[in-house]
This record gives sequence, C-alpha cells and structure tokens, in this order.
Amino acid sequence: MVKLLEDKDRIFTNLYGLQDWRLGAAKERGAWFGTAEMIGKGHDWIIDQVKASGLRGRGGAGFPTGLKWSFMPREVGKRPHYLVVNADESEPGTCKDRDMMRHDPHLLIEGCLVASYAIRAHACYIYLRGEYVLERYRLQAAIDEAYAAGLVGRNASGSGWDFDVYVHHGAGAYICGEETALLESLEGKKGQPRLKPPFPANTGLYGCPTTVNNVESIAVVPTILRRGAEWFASFGRDNNRGTKVFSVSGHVNRPCNVEEALSIPLKTLIEEHAGGVRGGWDNLKAVIPGGSSVPLIPKKICDTVLMDFDALRDHQSGLGTAAVIVMDKSVDIIKAIARLSYFYKHESCGQCTPCREGTGWMWRVMERMVRGEAETAEIDMLLDVTRQVEGHTICALGDAAAWPVQGLIRHFRHEIEERIDLYRNDKPVFVQAAE
Amino acid sequence: MTDLCKINIDGTEYEMPGELTLMQACEETGAEIPRFCYHERLSVAGNCRMCLVEWVGAPKPQASCALQVKDLRPNRDGTPANIRTNSETVRKAREGVMEFLLINHPLDCPICDQGGECDLQDQAMVYGRSGSRFEENKRAVDDKHMGPLVKTIMTRCIQCTRCVRFVTEVAGVQEIGLASRGEDAEITTYLEQSLTSELSGNVIDLCPVGALTSRPYAFNARPWELDSVQSIDVMDAVGSNIRVDSRTGRVLRILPIINDDVNEEWISDKTRFVWDGLGRQRLDRPYIRKNGKLSAASWDEALGVAAGKLSGDTGHIGVLAGDLCDAESMKALKDLCDVMGIGNKDCRQDAAALPAHSRGAYLFNSTVAGIENADAILLIGANPRIEAPLVNTRIRKAWLSGTTRIGLIGEAADLTYEYDHVGVTAQDIADFTNSTKGFAREFQSARRSAVIIGMGALAGSGGARTLKACADLADGFGVITDGWNGWNILHNAAARVGGLDMGFIPNDGSRSTSEILDSAQSGDIKTVYLLGADEVNTSKLRDAFVIYQGSHGDVGAHVADVILPGAAYTEKDGLYVNLEGRVQMGVAAVAPKGEARVDWAIIRALSARLGKALPYDNIEELREKLFVDHPVFASIDHVAASDERLDLSGLGDVGEPGEEILKSPITDFYLTNPIARASATMAECSDLIHAEIREAAQ
Repeated sequence: MVKLLEDKDRIFTNLYGLQDWRLGAAKERGAWFGTAEMIGKGHDWIIDQVKASGLRGRGGAGFPTGLKWSFMPREVGKRPHYLVVNADESEPGTCKDRDMMRHDPHLLIEGCLVASYAIRAHACYIYLRGEYVLERYRLQAAIDEAYAAGLVGRNASGSGWDFDVYVHHGAGAYICGEETALLESLEGKKGQPRLKPPFPANTGLYGCPTTVNNVESIAVVPTILRRGAEWFASFGRDNNRGTKVFSVSGHVNRPCNVEEALSIPLKTLIEEHAGGVRGGWDNLKAVIPGGSSVPLIPKKICDTVLMDFDALRDHQSGLGTAAVIVMDKSVDIIKAIARLSYFYKHESCGQCTPCREGTGWMWRVMERMVRGEAETAEIDMLLDVTRQVEGHTICALGDAAAWPVQGLIRHFRHEIEERIDLYRNDKPVFVQAAE
Repeated sequence: MTDLCKINIDGTEYEMPGELTLMQACEETGAEIPRFCYHERLSVAGNCRMCLVEWVGAPKPQASCALQVKDLRPNRDGTPANIRTNSETVRKAREGVMEFLLINHPLDCPICDQGGECDLQDQAMVYGRSGSRFEENKRAVDDKHMGPLVKTIMTRCIQCTRCVRFVTEVAGVQEIGLASRGEDAEITTYLEQSLTSELSGNVIDLCPVGALTSRPYAFNARPWELDSVQSIDVMDAVGSNIRVDSRTGRVLRILPIINDDVNEEWISDKTRFVWDGLGRQRLDRPYIRKNGKLSAASWDEALGVAAGKLSGDTGHIGVLAGDLCDAESMKALKDLCDVMGIGNKDCRQDAAALPAHSRGAYLFNSTVAGIENADAILLIGANPRIEAPLVNTRIRKAWLSGTTRIGLIGEAADLTYEYDHVGVTAQDIADFTNSTKGFAREFQSARRSAVIIGMGALAGSGGARTLKACADLADGFGVITDGWNGWNILHNAAARVGGLDMGFIPNDGSRSTSEILDSAQSGDIKTVYLLGADEVNTSKLRDAFVIYQGSHGDVGAHVADVILPGAAYTEKDGLYVNLEGRVQMGVAAVAPKGEARVDWAIIRALSARLGKALPYDNIEELREKLFVDHPVFASIDHVAASDERLDLSGLGDVGEPGEEILKSPITDFYLTNPIARASATMAECSDLIHAEIREAAQ
C-alpha cells in the first residue's frame, strides 16, 4: 500500500475552502510567517533553496524553477525586472490554480513577493484567466488586505524590499497562457507567441528581463523556504520532487483537486482521492494524465504508471498540469479526441503555418473518423500530419494539438479501423457521447 | 568589429559574425533557404516556418530567419554547432510546411496575376508534393477593399504578414492587420477602408503570393511576355531606380529596383502607377495654331514656324525648362540659347530661390541614405511625405531608431512620425535660431544635426530672404561639421538639380522665371519656349508666342502656338541628377509615340533650321560635350563628395522674413506633373484623398 501524503505535509491547507481565505486565517495556517527573514537571507539563498528543493515548474513543461530564476541578470541594469505569474489556467481539465487563488490567495501573494525578491523584481503581474471573474475579486481583495497590512507595497513585510503586485484580467484566449503570448497580451497587443530567443529572462515584458511562472510554482515557494528544501525534496522520486496538486476529473466518483506527493501511482490517486473510477477500475478505458494536450494512456498503462514527469514521459505522455481526465468504457474515445482537436483548432492563434492550417485539417479528419467516413490509409496520413505540425511551430500549441491525436492512434487505432470498416460495409456506426 | 562565431554549415566549418541570422549565414555559404514571411527590410516574424533548418542535436528544426549565429551553442565536445540546410529532416519539414500552405491555397494559378513570379509557385516546384492528401473543403476568404491600387484575392493569402509589417513599420500607417485567429485569421484593412499611404503599392511586391496584386495592371499581361529595362523615375527628385515593363510598345508596369543608396526596395505609388498616364493625352505629332485652333502639321512646318519666331531679337525670347526633363535635352537647349545669345532662361519653374552658384548649396548633402544618421532634423517648409516619400521613409527609419528627434517649421502635416512643431512662418526660422529651449536645445546639442529645406520655403517672392534665414539658422546651429553636412535642399523636380548643375539659369542681367512670365504678360517678351514646362502660370503667356516641346497635352500645350511632340521619360535615354547630386541614367523602354521624337534631337533639328547647328549628331557626342562642359555629369551612380567645406554665408537676401505660412507647394501628391495628370489611376487616388479630406472636414 502506498503511503498517502499526510495533512501535516500539505502546502495548500485550505484548498477546499473549508476555512476562511482572509489574511487572519491565512496567517494562522502559516502564511506570511517569517517572510522578512527569508528575504533577509538574500537573492541567491532563495534561488539555491528552490534549486535544492527540486521544484519543477507546475504549469506543464516542468522546467526547474530555480534554474529559470537563475537565468535572470544578476544585476538590475537600466531595465527593471518583472515577475509575471501565469494564472491564465485554460488547459481543459485543469482547475488547480483556481482553488489556490480563491481559497489560499495569500500563499500566492507571499510567493510573489519572495520570488520577485529572488529575481530582483519590484513589480509582479498576475495574468488572470478571463473567465475567472470571482477569483479576480477574491485575489484582489486579498492583495488589498496585504497592502493594508504592509505585507506588500513599500518595504514589503518589513523586508526593506519595495514590491507591488497587480492583477491583470485576460480576455479569454487559451493561447495567452503561452508565456510569450501572455506577455504580448499584457502589453496590450494581440496574444501571439513571440519567437524565442530572445527568452523572457532577457527580453520579456516591455523588453525587460522577466520571469513567467505558474501560480502553483510561485505559491509553494514560501512554504518550501519555511520548511526547508529537504522537506520538499523528500517527496517523490529523484528528479520529480515535491508535492503537487492534481485535478482529477471525468468518470470518477468524486472529482477533486488534491495535493499529493509526486510519483504517486495513478491508480492510487484515483482510487484513494477521487473515489475510484465510475463502475470500478476495470471499467476504465483511458486517462489523459496531464491536461488535454498530453497523449492519453490506456488502462493497461494506468494500472502501474506513476504520476510524475519522467514516468509519464517514458510512456510517451506527460505530467503536464497534472490534470487527470478519466474516461471509462462508456466514452467514445475518437469523439473525445476530436473534441480536443476542435478546441486546438479554435484556439490556434493563426500566426504560424503548421498550426494554423494543421489544426483545422486534423480536426476535420478526426470528425470524419468519428463517423467512420474515412479510408484506413488516412489514419497514417493523419499521423503524418500530426508529425508535420509537431515541433515546427513557434510555440507549443502545435505540439499540444498533435499529441492527443498521436496518443489516440497509438493506443486506439483498432477502434478507428473498426469504425471505418463498419462504415465501409454499410453497417450502422453508433457515435456515443464523448462526455 | 563584431565577434566571429564558428559554425558548421552542411559539413563545412565557417567563421561568421555573431549577429547574422542563420538564414544569412547559410546564404553566405551558397545554401538556398526558402522563405515567405522573412524580408530583409522588415522585422522578423518567423511565422511561415518555411526556412526551417536542422540544428544537429536540437530537438526541433529551427527557423533560420529568427535565430542568430551567436545564439547557437557549440556541441558538447566543443565543436561548433552543426547546421544542416539540406538534410532529410529539413526537406521533410519544409515539405510539410509547403503542404500546409497549399491545402487552403486555391489552385488558380492560370488566372492569377502573380503566376510566373510567385514565390509559392516557385517553391512548390521544389518542396511540393506531387498530389494532394487534403480531402476537406478548402477555405474561402472574402476579398477586402484596399483602395484603387491594391487588388485583393484573400483566399490566396498565406498570412505571412509582410504587408502588415511594411505598412506599420516602413509606411508608418497602421492600416493593415491580421484579424481573428487560427484558420480564420484574415489580413484586412481597418474597417476595409482604402490605404492612405503613398507607399501602399509596395505591398504588392512584398506579397509572396497573389493575394495582393496591382489593380490597374490586373489581367494585363503575363510576366514572361514583358520586356524590361532598368531606368530612373522622374516623379520626384529622389531618382528611384525602376524597372519598366512593356509589351508591344506600351508600358504596362513599373517596379522598383533595389538601390540601397536611393530607394532601397520601395517606390511611391505615383512612381508605380503613373504608367497609364503614358498612354493618354499624348502629343504624337506636331501642331501649329492657326486661327486660334491647333491643327496638325508636319515636322518641317512646325520647326519652320518655331525657327522663325526664335530668330528675332533674342532679348524678347524666354526659355523655361520643366521638371521632368532629362539632362541631354536641357543641355541641348542651353547650348542653343548660348549660340543664339538668349539669356532669359530658367529651369526653376516655381521660381524658387535656389542658390545656383554653389553646388553644395542646392543639394541634399546628407544624402538620402545618410539622413538616417542624423541625430536631429529640422524640416523647414517641407512635407517630405508627399514631396519625396522615399526620403520620408528614411527620416521615419531614423525616428524609429529612437535616437533622432525631428522638428518642423511650416504647415503641420501627418508625416508618419512625431515632430516638434516649432513654427510656421519664415519669421519663426529666425526666432528658432535665437532660441535655446525645447527642440532648439536638442538641435544645438545634436552631434549630427540636419536642416531639410523644402520648396515651400524657397518658392515665392520672399524665398531669397527665407533662404538667408535658413542659412543663418544652419550656421548658428553648426549643421556642417567635419565629416557631416546637414544642409539639405529637398527638391521635388527630377530635372532641377541637373538644370542647376549645367547652369540652366538666367545669364547675368537676364530674366528669371517670374520675370519671364511677367514680361510675357506685359508684352516685353514675345516668344516663350517651354521645354516640358507645365507648372507655370500659363495665363500670363496668352499674348506671347508659345513654343511647347513636350510629351503630354497639358496646360503648356493649351497655350502653345507651336507644339513639338517630345518623348516621355520611358521613351528616351537620359541622365537625371537626383536631389543629392547623384547622376543616374534612364533608359528608353519603348519608342516615342507617333511622330514624336526624343527631345534633344528635336532641339538639334531646330538648331539646324536656325542655321546654328549644335555640334553633336548623336546622344554619345552630346553626352561627351556635357561631360566636358560639366564634369559632374560624368560620374554616374555616384554622389561626388565635395572637398571644400560649404560656405553658407552669402546665401539669400538680407531682409525681414515673411509672415506667410511655409507650406509645401504640392497640394495633391497624385497630380504633380503632366503624366500623372493624364493618368486615370492617379485621378482616382486623388479623388479618394479629397473625398476623405471632405469627409474629415464635415
């Protein structure tokens, strides 16, 4: 039996909103404790601690957070530094940042201060997803509280560091969650990803050195510093350290957000925290383990796979945002993936060729395959098209659009073929619900 | 000097400057990199993904237009990064991109004007698949209205955004954009209004496919049917390098030729679209006015009448040369004047107070390309946007770099860049000279400051006094230093500098343009010879006998008593000197219309009738004499640097500067010369602009 994360080791102790989100209650839960002392230990100490904790970015790509911070210039030149928090949580299936922001906003705000100090930024922008209206009120109220209490603003928390934090409300485009598109949008332009290099750490917001981090990556930092890098690194496997909030949705009995140690077996996660798969484990068909953009894994893999970056990568999928989408056997898997293809076609920014043209093409072929109106040879053609999109675009949206289809063909080619055969033989094709 | 980086391209090691892009580096080695969105003179978009190359070891192919050599990390073993431009990965990637571009691109090449000179067509030959795998419906996009010059077939668009970047960055008007996203993304003008840029035609050249094509040229010809010559534009004094395309004796298209020192890669809309004016309102045979009406005549008769009128008392003869004349015809006419003893001659139709005695004093000394290096620019009575659009793009480029401040004395106008409006009258020039605040302080402290004086300041009765004020200003602020000459006259006539260079100005004691016109009105001057001069007040010429030599039936021909049909600029070989003093050679693309002749030959024939035959029988001999008499003409395609430091003292007349507003003499950019006024396209553009002005006024 795998040992579950104990309550004492949770960072987000109010993830479910059972307690008050306000400053007083947040302080009782440990937020804003010793913030000035942490800052007093210097920029490098914080970065070193975060590096030592093994924290990898929680926004999907899993880039080591401490390493990212160390790319910022060590001296502030003519250009100010900025921290930008990516709260444009739009990946289908993902809903972790939302609960953090509405139930534990002070952890994020404190994290903003500490991270900004570490990268020598005096200003932090939180780019909030357009649809998160109530979250914005909540977050802004929490920021106002923090200002009133002197925790942020001039001489924030008595640390001697001046720090301002702003909430910017996005307009609801998925692509603005891509870090450089987010910066464009924040600057008031159309949200289209920039070419890299130059990377934001050199030329980011308004051409200034900028670090863009996910909400969770930032919110966990104060607790890591308070409890020590070793504590955080004690969870999970090597290279996959720490705790992580998983969003389990789909055909489970109790969909939930839950903080767990990385490398927890997927089966344990679903059975212990989400009440198990609807109709029992054997009713499981497939799982998308990391938000809509990673390839799905069939039950066979789900039986044993660990939920961390490396284990999922070994199965040609990814941890992504750790948004586990569970699909039982009632799911029309082809239709489900076709719906994702539609999503990526709809959200492609249209800037670069493979994604602009490829997402629409993939979606249309997928739609035909849902009905079986295709040739068997088209499955390989579709796979080839996904490979022509993958890796040929400016940002990762092209990859994100290609991977679900690749995952489908990799694991459920037989279902597509069966459906095409039915159609070819004039037999009825029953298209089931995708939900 | 820049740092050299080691790089291995296709198996050979090179040392390349670090700031080169991979694309440039690869092209240095001779490798060809296909591209659609990349353009040397625009910002890098990196969105077409056609220029992908393989960086061995990197997980993905790289867009070579966006990655710099210095961004490459060496391999783990320390050897330079390996770039492959022709590997299997690269070929596969490009084929993929090409397939994506083609799935929604219509296969209408047979009816597409871009056909034959289409980047997509060409590259599809190399990277295209033999068949299509795309079974879905193709996307169709509504055509957008972009005005009378740019025709759109937006279904062909591949969203490379070159047009957006050109219009925003170079032309300086934010009128084209990419609306919507994903596969619904469409290039459009703001609310589908016409483009208001005077450079809009360049988007046609930039468009790598047939989405933006020339509306006037639509369905006129195929590129392979056209005969092309390289020539020089005369629509303004910049001397843009152009390619004139013709078929069966008709000019059908004018395109820019790259010349980094002059027009870079752009031409103005007037230069590009004036060609339909070459076929209208043409003087194609000699005429003589009989009983108040012009009637057709033979060359013999016309020359006879003209010679008769010119052989009288030369004090009663005035000669004016127009704005589009080639140097050869002016030289021939000047030589004729000299042998006849005619002193009343002038090449300054607008009577501008141009200092003709010193070459540097009437040139654009900073040079067209050099003005980009100015740290502060003061425009006086000039609107470069309509007087010389390609000088304006240079000023805008300097402004965009963030290091150049610009000021203006004269009528306010939208110049596509911000400027400090420090005055409007000639009086304000003197005030500015004595000022130490605001822009004046910046102008004073600039290391390289420049004044640009337009004809709006120099034309008119107060021109000489304004010139003096300008010279005092330039002196006071030290615009001329060692290695920098910031004294610039912004000419707007292609013939002007050439005319001044050869001294096509009144002899001492003789009459200048305004005096010739006034004397003609008073009856003192009885015969006026107009060599393509149409921008003068011809109402003053009613009582004089007017000999008009030119190509178009414009105002000059209306008052003419004898018409000698000449050649337009596309029909004759000729030298033109641009505003910076660069001598360039125009080449005939087609033959003169009907019985018309090239202009120098008409004057040569006339001289024979006068019994004073000029000493040259062909254009080579004429040029030889021109080069001997005026050596500056001999250095073609070259701006002669003056050894002597320009002395501005003594320019102009002392006197109280005027109170009138200094404004550009050009009121309608599209209708500045007889050819443009004959052009239906230009008339349409002019109508549109005026409609917009009317609308704005309401």
